[in-house]
Amino acid sequence: MKPLPPALAATPSLDRWIRLTGEGGVIASTGKVEIGQGILTALGTIVAEELDVARGRVQVVSAHTGHTPNEGVTAGSMSIETSGAALRQASAWARRLLLERAAARLALPADSLTVADGEIRGEGVNEPLTYWDLADQQFDFEIRHRTPEKDPSAYRLVGRDGQRRTDILAKATGPAFVHDSDAELHARVVRPPSLRHRLTELDVDVAAPGRLVVDGSFVAVAHPVEFEAERLARRVAGHARWRRIGSPPRGFDIDESRRETAEAFPLRNGVPSPVPRRRIATTHRAAYSRPFLMHASLAPSAAVAVWHDGALAIECSSQGIEPLRHVIARVLGIDPDAIEIRHVPGAGCYGHNGADDAALDAALIARAVPGRRVLLKWSREDEHGFEPLGPAMHVEMGASLDAQGGIAAWTHDVYGFTHVARPSPRAPGVDLLAARFLAEPFQPTLARPALGPEVGIHRNALPIYSFPDQEVTKHFMPDAPVRTSALRGLGAQGNVFAIESFMDELAHAGGTDPADFRRRHLQRDAGALTVLEAVLDLSGGLAGSRGLGIARYKNRQCCAAVVAEVSVDPETAEIRVPRLWIAADAGRIIDLDGLTNQLEGGAVQALSWCLKESVSFDAEGAVTSRDWSSYPILRFGEVPEIETVLLDHPERDPLGAGEATVGPTSGALGNAVFAATGLRIRDLPMTPDRLRQVAAR
Amino acid sequence: MVPFRLNGDAAQFDDGERDTPLLFVLRGPAVGDMTPKLGCAREECGACRVLVDGDPAYACTLPAGEVEGRHVETAAGLDTPVRRALLESNATQCGYCLPGIIVAAEALFRLNPQPSRAEIAAALDSQLCRCGSQPRVLSALLAAGGE
Repeated sequence: MKPLPPALAATPSLDRWIRLTGEGGVIASTGKVEIGQGILTALGTIVAEELDVARGRVQVVSAHTGHTPNEGVTAGSMSIETSGAALRQASAWARRLLLERAAARLALPADSLTVADGEIRGEGVNEPLTYWDLADQQFDFEIRHRTPEKDPSAYRLVGRDGQRRTDILAKATGPAFVHDSDAELHARVVRPPSLRHRLTELDVDVAAPGRLVVDGSFVAVAHPVEFEAERLARRVAGHARWRRIGSPPRGFDIDESRRETAEAFPLRNGVPSPVPRRRIATTHRAAYSRPFLMHASLAPSAAVAVWHDGALAIECSSQGIEPLRHVIARVLGIDPDAIEIRHVPGAGCYGHNGADDAALDAALIARAVPGRRVLLKWSREDEHGFEPLGPAMHVEMGASLDAQGGIAAWTHDVYGFTHVARPSPRAPGVDLLAARFLAEPFQPTLARPALGPEVGIHRNALPIYSFPDQEVTKHFMPDAPVRTSALRGLGAQGNVFAIESFMDELAHAGGTDPADFRRRHLQRDAGALTVLEAVLDLSGGLAGSRGLGIARYKNRQCCAAVVAEVSVDPETAEIRVPRLWIAADAGRIIDLDGLTNQLEGGAVQALSWCLKESVSFDAEGAVTSRDWSSYPILRFGEVPEIETVLLDHPERDPLGAGEATVGPTSGALGNAVFAATGLRIRDLPMTPDRLRQVAAR
Repeated sequence: MVPFRLNGDAAQFDDGERDTPLLFVLRGPAVGDMTPKLGCAREECGACRVLVDGDPAYACTLPAGEVEGRHVETAAGLDTPVRRALLESNATQCGYCLPGIIVAAEALFRLNPQPSRAEIAAALDSQLCRCGSQPRVLSALLAAGGE
């Protein structure tokens, strides 16, 4: 039998996962958090399915230190795979224990009993027992090994259409986000011009009931009235003087001199390895790039904190409340157990944005005003200016073709900065924004190359295709000119954009149809071939101004193929994407609508990155794209009509899908632009200016 | 006190808050409607959208005094076919932009109950969504108009 799901092995107490309420309900606990992907809805469906109760009976409680299972960070499209597997197995145990109790009470064998919506029936039983009749002892049970789970062929909820998100009515009609929390004090941070600036002078008086909190170069204000806190922040900012420390950054491009500083790690069995890179002769070469990108959450980061008798209670939208607790404890010099953190939703974050930083900001302010509940919000300018950025990437591709136009050899060299800088108790530094500004500062962790499979820079650098010979190398550059961390898909977007663009270029070079060219090399992954055919069927093929992209996320999760259709305005050189088709295989479908929403949302976000987005900086290293005009994103009038087909595999485990479409969409877009114009855009974003530059070459 | 109507009911705020942006007054303890969201405070994202006498407005910049004696509507009060259509089709992801989208779409539907996809997209062009739920918002509203 398979081993227990790791999350369940780590927290084997059944009561920590599943409890029954006195009112005929079920409370399921998860360490994962809702970041707008409908994860709590899907997890609740898994529990209702396995327990054989109506979906409406299940309430899912999300990450809260000391209350819910510790499931680390919500990231990497892993929640359904990990927390879903744990909750499914925990629910199967709960059902089994309840049936055993019922069997004892009814003097019938447990396997002769049936359950529908928590009502247990058996031969000769007139009045059914319910789960809640049997729940007086709760569970008090340690799970040591697996119990059989329901056969997916008997599913009545999982994979069915028509599920409603359980959280969105509240989000449309009332307080639902951490920003909406009640507060005794509203707080704002007064930021320096950049990460490299420190406070030299602050000559300002703040009258009660306003408060000024200064710790080194960390400056914040608080006021009982929110708008007064905003005005106070502006006034204090006008009195603050800053100076740059150290030297300004040496540019933001991954140019040749910067690439020479990189450490090379060729992939061996998928793992970046400190071995010499094999030189393979190639006849075709091309280089691709993406700029620094923002998460650009619609809501500025926010958090609530209250300091009481040396203990701290925090509410925030961090994706990793457990590691965050330890890192904040280190900064404040207190016991991690003195900090309680509850996850409260924020706006979609798509990776490591300012949510963790805001929690420390709020904690620092709360410590200065003991007993008062503080709600801290960032400004829009600071959200754009200080969030950890998605790192720029530079990818050099090479290949040689055989006599039949197929690929004989393949090289992929990806250069980049770290994608992995979440705060962690295991990291030597403190990766929270405010820490470096304190009077007794904590420095951020010096970036190190992540050397696991499919991490960071080299995520999806391995092609989905089979080639006779290949060398794929990660090139790590430690000296990022800005703070960078995880953005949806990590390196997968840049790598798949390069791979799929280059495949298209090679197909055209060899005079082969781009779809046929992929079929020829897609020998190793029969599932991917099926997804490829599905997207071609759905879209009707690649005729006209269309392009194709395909990848399997992390080379083991959801496989997605995308066809994009573009039109290019001959006057403005603006690229429009009227239509897009997606086919995907995410194993067993838990929540059909939720899965579709994630795949389509990822595609739209990737189009936005590829068409519009690029962070700009000044020579001092400060971000200058500090609002939605200087950092535009795709708007309602610019999104495509999308059709999506999902290939369901009830017999297999479900696979995470939230990041699966960002790479394939990026490739499909570039290839469609080539089909429409004959211009190959290798550097993102594909703005009108870029198109004109390439056309002028 | 400054009187106004909020979603059909009498409401008021302090005279000293006339120059405060309406958003902070609506979300403040005296009124307590948390559906208009703080997104950018500069009329760029639409998260704060409300209707003032039926016309869409940016609550993040509109001085509260301007709504004296007028009717303010927010997503909380718009239990309309537009809101129901969006909720029934899960036409959102994180939901932070949803109240603003409900308000902007409601303004359109009052003038044009059967808008085309292009008309809906144009009416919502002021509303940013970072999660990429625009295609399903458009589909849900197109269907709502067709019924």
